[in-house]
Amino acid sequence: MAPPAEVLAVRGLSKTFPGVRALDGVDLTLHPGEVHALIGENGAGKSTLIKVLTGVHRPDAGDITFQGRPVAFSTPMEAQKAGISTIYQEVNLIPLLSVARNLFLGREPRTRLGLLDFGRMHREADEALRAHGVRVDVRQPLRTLGVGAQQMVALARAVATDARVVIMDEPTSSLEPREVETLFSVIRRLRESGIAVVYVSHRLDELYAVCETVTVLRDGRRVHHGRLADLDRLGLVSTMLGRDMGEVRSEGLTKFTGDHHAAAGEPVLQATGLTVPHRLHGVSVGIRPGEVVGLGGLLGSGRTETAKAISGALPLRSGDVVVAGAPLRGGSTPAAIRAGISLLPEDRKSEGIVPGLSVRENIALAALPRLSRFGLVSEARVDAVVDTFVRRLRIKASSPHQKVGELSGGNQQKVLLARWLAMNPKVLLLDEPTRGIDVGAKAEVQKLVDELAADGLGVLLISSDLEELIEGSDRVVVLKDGAVVGELTGDDVTEDKLMRTIAGDPPAPGAVEVAATDD
Amino acid sequence: MTETALRTAPFDKTRVLAWLQSYGVYAGVAMLLIVNTVITPHFLTAENFRTQAVQVAPVVIVALGMALVIGTEGVDLSVGAVMALAASVTALYLGYGLLPALLVVAVFAAGAGLANGALVAFVGVQPIVATLALMVGGRGIALVLLPQLQDLHNPALASLGSGAVAGIPYLILIAAALALLIAFVVRRTTFGRQLLAIGDSRPAAQLAGLPVRRVLVVVYVVCALLAAVAGVLATARLQASDPTSLGNLMELSAITAVVVGGTPLTGGRISIGGTVAGAVLIQLLTATLIKHDLPPSWTQIAQAIVIVCAVYAARGRGKR
Repeated sequence: MAPPAEVLAVRGLSKTFPGVRALDGVDLTLHPGEVHALIGENGAGKSTLIKVLTGVHRPDAGDITFQGRPVAFSTPMEAQKAGISTIYQEVNLIPLLSVARNLFLGREPRTRLGLLDFGRMHREADEALRAHGVRVDVRQPLRTLGVGAQQMVALARAVATDARVVIMDEPTSSLEPREVETLFSVIRRLRESGIAVVYVSHRLDELYAVCETVTVLRDGRRVHHGRLADLDRLGLVSTMLGRDMGEVRSEGLTKFTGDHHAAAGEPVLQATGLTVPHRLHGVSVGIRPGEVVGLGGLLGSGRTETAKAISGALPLRSGDVVVAGAPLRGGSTPAAIRAGISLLPEDRKSEGIVPGLSVRENIALAALPRLSRFGLVSEARVDAVVDTFVRRLRIKASSPHQKVGELSGGNQQKVLLARWLAMNPKVLLLDEPTRGIDVGAKAEVQKLVDELAADGLGVLLISSDLEELIEGSDRVVVLKDGAVVGELTGDDVTEDKLMRTIAGDPPAPGAVEVAATDD
Repeated sequence: MTETALRTAPFDKTRVLAWLQSYGVYAGVAMLLIVNTVITPHFLTAENFRTQAVQVAPVVIVALGMALVIGTEGVDLSVGAVMALAASVTALYLGYGLLPALLVVAVFAAGAGLANGALVAFVGVQPIVATLALMVGGRGIALVLLPQLQDLHNPALASLGSGAVAGIPYLILIAAALALLIAFVVRRTTFGRQLLAIGDSRPAAQLAGLPVRRVLVVVYVVCALLAAVAGVLATARLQASDPTSLGNLMELSAITAVVVGGTPLTGGRISIGGTVAGAVLIQLLTATLIKHDLPPSWTQIAQAIVIVCAVYAARGRGKR
């Protein structure tokens, strides 16, 4: 099937990390001059695939053929020398060196005496950057440039190293619209000169603007590949999210009752016009007591940022948060917590639990001041709280003194929920509350969210699990590229409507057509 | 022999290392006591124990503060300089009486701690760099205030340095009381719990709404105050203020005591008992070698071996 002209061919690539099958027999073929979109949700295996291609990880099985020869890169340097360049989401250059030195790092032009030929370096660097529409003083340290310009330097560097394949991992996440245009023109020029590009992004507009072909990964497997034009946006979104229409999921139903909570009265939380540079552009969300508001959207659409901005963990450029009628000072987590906002962060392991402390201390952590007298912790009060929540949430630990880092993901999540419930919050922001936890714990957490809403809490639910989002939420606010693009209420809270809103298609009545996926 | 046994049973190895990290220091102290009882003449005398304890007391006091800082995943290199600063300030203000002089010392030390803490907590400088500035500058200021060694003649200060209750020198009593106090702070206070949480996972502590900056600043202030106490006590014992050499390399002795005592440099865990035992272990080791007329270079080599063992035990546990 693959013509001999292919520059890169990957067959049956597998990679397992402890407890996770990150890649499972993935194929990928690239031809010279092809711009290939690589997409998938969190944990789909994109990053692992890129890391295997660039020599960061070694595959467990499968082979890579590059320019007709089998290759096995063991370091990123080897891959780069062979002709596979990568541009990462975060600029990976040296901020204190000059722009020119960064551009030529590792392949500096030398004089006959073996010294660095700065004259030539500066001249060539200037030319290379001008060709990409960047005009800067190449003698300046890189860090004096804006993030976008730094990203362009990284791009110029990647292209200048005689690359045959350029991998771009979310290259536009820190670019201004004008810079994105420049990037696209560079990609078009690469295509004309026969260089293959792997383009990773969650912004559908960009994918359709520059990519010809697409590979969709899900749970470590390739679930679709082909021409991008053959797949409309709705088809792309549903393939990526694993909601192939007509295919019944085997995991079964969520534990949400599906009842609509009696959401009445004034909003307990009203966030208006939240703006964070590059991340959020005027997002507004309101939650009434007893209401579960879902936040829908793809990865990188600003869901996590919205939750963090509300909880004071992200500094706002503008926007207001009002809790139960009282305005909140932005950018302060303690102030938000005092006002009654609790955030269950997405990254449970590094931002949620304190792994070396016990279950007991983790539960009491946020509430310590109110469990203390004159700065001394009242062990009796801590025991009472810990006891209550360990029983209510059915936290399974050998004892309250077991380290949280040793618990299963589900129990860790329950410990975090207990930490916040001990604060008697008014609003609970749940960012992927059931990700990476087992089915039983998942059902328990979902049931708990229902109960808490019934008790009058306002809940903001973020979930990449569409079923969970749809069944758990009374309303779904849909985000795209950091802005609200729609809101689903009442009977409109369906997977179909949600995917259409995410894809940006006008809702079409009647039958839904989705491109068939292979595999 | 143990080496092969460990190699064939990797599971046991981690357990052995875990045990070593937590209790190895106590075993080391016990071993040195037993060996010395056998090989060193006049070891088991009250006089000898008093001498050893008086010598180790300043290290213990400084190491207590260092343990708190290391518990937050930081380090304070300026403790020796703060001791020198305390010595200078004591000499300058002793004319007003001991108590006023101590108050001024406390103000200076708190200022030093605030500077360290502010750099770490608000500016975001790495602790090693932030405190390096004061390590160099602090001793400079101490020498500007008092350019050379000055003998002090103050009865109150003299009795602080050499007085005793029931045969136990004040120095030892103060060090013991401070160790108990700090252990209590770590175990029982809100501040102690917050400190450990911050050291273990700062992002999590921040999102849990802990006053991360305030805790960090207080930790560095407490560390500087403890170093100042050690500086004043050492000055009192010498009956002279010596800003040139007082507290030289104290930061390294303190870090050694903390690390040997089983407190990991990665933060989140503090062993006060271990820290005290760590200081005692190094003191006994040095004393043993000196008593048997081995040159000082041997002492340094022996210390190095103990440190390497402690670091190995800590590394083997693999906290994350």
